[in-house]
Amino acid sequence: MMEYDIVIIGAGPAGLGAAVEAYEKGVKDILIIERDSYPGGILQQCIHNGFGLIEFKEELTGPEYAERFIEKVNEYGIKIMLNTMVLNISSEKIVKAVNQEKGVMEIKAKAIILAMGCRERPRGAISIPGTRPAGIFTAGTAQRYVNMEGYMPGKEIVILGSGDIGLIMARRFTLEGAIVKAVVELMPYSSGLTRNIVQCLDDFGIPLLLSHTVIEIHGKDRVKGVTIAQVDANRKPILRTAKYISCDTLILSVGLIPENELSKSAGVLLDPVTGGPIVNESMETNIEGIFACGNVLQVHDLVDNVTKESRIAADSAVKYIKGLLKQEGKFINAKAGSGIRYVVPQIVNYDNIDDKVKFHMRPIDVFKNAYISVKSGGREIMRRKMQRMTPGEMILIEIKKDKFLDNDLHPVDDITFEVEVV
Amino acid sequence: MYDVIIIGGGVVGSAIARELSKYDIKVLLIEKEDDVASGGASKANSAILHAGYDPVPGTLKAKLNVRGNEMFDELCKDLDVPMKRVGSLVAAFSQDEVESLYKLYDRGLKNGVKKMSIISADMVKEIEPNINDTIVAALYAKTAGIICPYGFVIALAENAAQNGVEFIFNQEVMSVNKEDDIFRVKTQDREYFCKYLINAAGLYADTINNMVSDKHFSIHPRKGEYLILDKEEGYLANTVIFQVPTKMGKGILVSPTVDGNLLIGPTSEDINNKEFRKTTAKGLEKAIKGAKKSVEKFNERKTITQFTGVRAVPDVEGEDFIIGESDVKGFINVAGIESPGFTSSPAIAEMVREILKEAGLNMVEKDDFNPKRKPVIRFNELTDVERNELIKNNPAYGKIICRCETVTEGEIIDAIRRPVGAKSIDGVKRRVRAGMGRCQGGFCSPRVLEILSRELNIDPLDVTKFGGKSNILTAKSKEYVINACKEILKRGV
Repeated sequence: MMEYDIVIIGAGPAGLGAAVEAYEKGVKDILIIERDSYPGGILQQCIHNGFGLIEFKEELTGPEYAERFIEKVNEYGIKIMLNTMVLNISSEKIVKAVNQEKGVMEIKAKAIILAMGCRERPRGAISIPGTRPAGIFTAGTAQRYVNMEGYMPGKEIVILGSGDIGLIMARRFTLEGAIVKAVVELMPYSSGLTRNIVQCLDDFGIPLLLSHTVIEIHGKDRVKGVTIAQVDANRKPILRTAKYISCDTLILSVGLIPENELSKSAGVLLDPVTGGPIVNESMETNIEGIFACGNVLQVHDLVDNVTKESRIAADSAVKYIKGLLKQEGKFINAKAGSGIRYVVPQIVNYDNIDDKVKFHMRPIDVFKNAYISVKSGGREIMRRKMQRMTPGEMILIEIKKDKFLDNDLHPVDDITFEVEVV
Repeated sequence: MYDVIIIGGGVVGSAIARELSKYDIKVLLIEKEDDVASGGASKANSAILHAGYDPVPGTLKAKLNVRGNEMFDELCKDLDVPMKRVGSLVAAFSQDEVESLYKLYDRGLKNGVKKMSIISADMVKEIEPNINDTIVAALYAKTAGIICPYGFVIALAENAAQNGVEFIFNQEVMSVNKEDDIFRVKTQDREYFCKYLINAAGLYADTINNMVSDKHFSIHPRKGEYLILDKEEGYLANTVIFQVPTKMGKGILVSPTVDGNLLIGPTSEDINNKEFRKTTAKGLEKAIKGAKKSVEKFNERKTITQFTGVRAVPDVEGEDFIIGESDVKGFINVAGIESPGFTSSPAIAEMVREILKEAGLNMVEKDDFNPKRKPVIRFNELTDVERNELIKNNPAYGKIICRCETVTEGEIIDAIRRPVGAKSIDGVKRRVRAGMGRCQGGFCSPRVLEILSRELNIDPLDVTKFGGKSNILTAKSKEYVINACKEILKRGV
């Protein structure tokens, strides 16, 4: 059986970032397992720019961003096993994988970093009625066809959902000479970044129809059109607003789901809201020595934040291998209160905090002139003013170590994040 | 010149083809779609082997259902098709409904169904811990089973082809004429000749019949909508859970699938247009609501796909199957094969064989008939030792294409190359399950497309979802822009 100190599943931004960080922190015996034939993950098909503003203070394309890490990985001589699919991970940290050269192999790891990313929600998940013709794609699949395979999946396009990939693809299709007739969004707000709405829709005159949905797909062999309608406050379609739009393609950008089937095989507990593992401040899952970062943990808006998260996971994995990560200690639960959908990490071991803990969260709705208030047992331990909050943009809140202490200087039992509108 | 032409590549046509492949005769099957089990009822149904207590005693349905059911063990063994005799329950949720159970039980006895019993709520709970607490009693039929419906049809067709039956796809029968005791069957592209013609055209069996016979009948489409839930929900049913039937059918069921998903549906609705095979918000809601009557616990948000099936209901008295030589000698109808048509199919094939014999076809058994069909190797079901052996001999089995269902490139190539092989994305999907998992092909479909293009030696632009004009891609990148530029230059702007 092969043995490594750290095995990283996935060579996307999270996996690559974690590998580089772990190496720089002193663990050199690392294996990255990647199912694709080239590292970089989904970044390889994201040929638009806007990556790396935080991390590198410049605007890179997806492949460029990935390349910065790939170069480091190569420079350090970190091993990447490409074209290799992980079949299963055990709670004893044995990874079973398969490829064409070696067949099925087992790899024992001292620590595992889960970095498998996420997948797109398909049509079935949102139950759009109608026929089942060709011409229905998720935005990511369409992106792969256009940017990597060199083919167009359609000419007259309607996009359902205003997630970032959908918005980016609206611009991409337009630049390729296709016509994007509309972007249809169920919610009264877009789930994408504001900058993408401006740069991908507004700049090209593509209409964004908020509080609308597709109520039927038409066409026998190929999509012929869709019927859209406005929805009421309960998201039920209002039939008198229904409208037929002819098109040959429907693109779905209706959400991403962390890809955690392998995590489950190892017994990793998942958060029903994020779909990712429940982790502590060290990005460690309930299984000792198994860490998670990137979109497998929670779906991020910006790759720069994925990189940051991957560093925490890698640091922790290194500490774990060196016996420096405390498994015992004073545990604090981080909870999502009113106005907040989820908080990651969900658990904090006070005894493992160096200086501060960074929490990621999303609001449940759009809020203007509001505060995020962090409370513990009725006491407010922190408050931050937010100009505007939207579910499409992740919120980061840092809490210093001393804030976790109560008046008697004991660590609190739990903290709750809430939105307060003024 | 063929001895027999079969029109229709659904379960009935394919079962007949396989039965006839045992004999030294020349047989052709004509299908208008690009694959078997890809047009009508055989593609989309409840995937159930019915025990046989539903049909009215004395009908063909009753006789062929019970006989057909018995035949599946050997058939599935020979053809290596996964099938599980999980048993079925007709669940009664009130005292009134219990009465119906006894009626069904009596019918079952008259039809010759074995291993049937009426069981108490406690016993039902033991078998189905997740059934709703309002359960009063159930009719338990142990001989009922679950199967992959198109998988079975594909297996029949492959085995028939292996034994010499010819298959023609993408050819729709436009007209049939009988001249000098020979049928002249015209499709849109060419014509075929035969001595005996079998009408197994499913929803369109009326069209074919009415081309040949003066005794017209018509087939009405009855639509049913279904949902398939993620394998995570599969634990909720161990048996096929029916409700007490109504005149529109056997009602909404909750059932495990042979692949471990949970199936709910169907609704039942008479429709006007045979091509009207769409799901509706109302229908899906109805299916969910109906299924909740049996099992409340399932989470409909775990739906991975939904579909519509269409039953072929004939307008003849008693709504029985129409099977037999028509007023035109040599023209045999196998029509109106609605539920339990799938279960009856092997018995129907036997019956058709006998009809052909009586009609004068000289049927001599082949001495080299091979009843066994080698299945597609399923990487997912092998041990690691077997996997390594396989990859060593053929590295394509070491490359996983569909991650949700763990399907390798080797399996996909096999699906394309084997007899009656896959020609489209859906064809691959039905044979090896690539694209049938929770991501529904989002990840693997570009790769499957690439493999199809390479194996079939066609341009990627010509690869279809399910034949016809269901092309996946519409142009090469930049093509629209280049064309627009050319347009502008031409106009001299």
